[in-house]
Amino acid sequence: MNTAPTTALTAGAELPPLEIAVTRTLIVAGAIASRDYQDVHHDAESARQKGSPDVFMNILTTNGLVGRYITDHFGPTAILRKVAIRLGAPNYPGDTMVLTGTIEAVDGDTATVRVVGANALGRHVTGTVTVTVPDAEARP
Amino acid sequence: MSTAEVVPDPLGARLKAYEGRPAAVAGVGKDPVNAPMIRHWCEAMGDTSPAYSGPDAIAPPTMLQAWTMGGLSGHQGRTGAYDELLSLLDASGCTAVVATDCEQEYLRPLRPGDRVAFDSVIESVSGRKTTKLGTGYFVTTRTDVRVDGDLVGTHRFRILKYAPARRKPPAPRPRPVVGRDNAGFWQGVTEHRLLIQRCTDCGTLRHPWLPGCNACGCLDWDTLESSGEGTVYSYVVMHHPPFPAFDPPYAVGLVELAEGVRMVGNVTGVPYDKVRIGLPVQVEFRTYEDAEGAQVLPVFRVVDGHGEGGA
Repeated sequence: MNTAPTTALTAGAELPPLEIAVTRTLIVAGAIASRDYQDVHHDAESARQKGSPDVFMNILTTNGLVGRYITDHFGPTAILRKVAIRLGAPNYPGDTMVLTGTIEAVDGDTATVRVVGANALGRHVTGTVTVTVPDAEARP
Repeated sequence: MSTAEVVPDPLGARLKAYEGRPAAVAGVGKDPVNAPMIRHWCEAMGDTSPAYSGPDAIAPPTMLQAWTMGGLSGHQGRTGAYDELLSLLDASGCTAVVATDCEQEYLRPLRPGDRVAFDSVIESVSGRKTTKLGTGYFVTTRTDVRVDGDLVGTHRFRILKYAPARRKPPAPRPRPVVGRDNAGFWQGVTEHRLLIQRCTDCGTLRHPWLPGCNACGCLDWDTLESSGEGTVYSYVVMHHPPFPAFDPPYAVGLVELAEGVRMVGNVTGVPYDKVRIGLPVQVEFRTYEDAEGAQVLPVFRVVDGHGEGGA
């Protein structure tokens, strides 16, 4: 039985931020869980040879975290329709990424959420997620 | 004719020819969608959603690409065209790769047991672009993911293949200005001896080195080798402006030597913000190497047991 209050989809509403501690462990665990063995995601020396100061988070992990941010907020019945992201400043170990989201548009039980993940260097990720929330009350 | 400057990009023209060619044909996911890989993903992402476990589990939709990855053993469905494109870029020095964009659409959830097949096309190749990372080309592929012939998701992926920008070598340190009046001091430093000038008439010690005695005006002098012991008489912490050879913030001390004269030097052995007036220090001679060669400088190390914990 679902006793959770009905989620409202209100255009312009902001989602509470989610802080992600960007640890070396997260970077490597995310890379391996996504089957990405590019050395820049686990080998600091190889990363340096390629002009990067350290290992950095792979895009699949960023994608996963953006998806988690949305489904954490809208709950397990939320259905992701689209996730489109662009990477900017890399996520290096020791940084913190703060994900924020704004509902840009609402169409029935489906919302478009603009997501930004900012770290100490700037915007790590900007993107748009389309999510359907079956029990949601639309307030466009 | 356009007046815009056209930079010749023959490689770019060759790369363009790959647009529309397949990147992967009839690729097959190495593993069927499965609970262990889903769990590992959720652990890494910190995703505790109940939708991804239990008898009715679905895979996190954002795992779409993970099911198509070649892993350590590489891809099998990859075409000659895509490998050729990457080889051309490698051969031109664009050996590094970074992903920049990922656009996924999910038509239906994937569930454990689903066997994923995929086809991928080289959608576009950019002209030569110069980025902070280096100069290279953006390559965009579009992948259709199917299960039992039904389209379950699409995945557009953009990478930058680039030649890493050369790191600038560190700037050389500034050199001391050595002249007839102070050559003896710097000669002493290269021998790891801290020499203080002494008036041979009145015995007054002086530093920095000067032609004559400030106390009696006598021009004759000899030297006394300092014990190198001293205390921080005053200090500044340099934050700005940054000098290319140095890495601010750092502490510069005015050290009063046991013999009585004062000398400027870096204070080492404690963080810059733990330097305090009165800290006991001991000279040490440090050799700095840079593009212009080796250079020995006296620095003042805080004596062990001091300068910590804000005491």
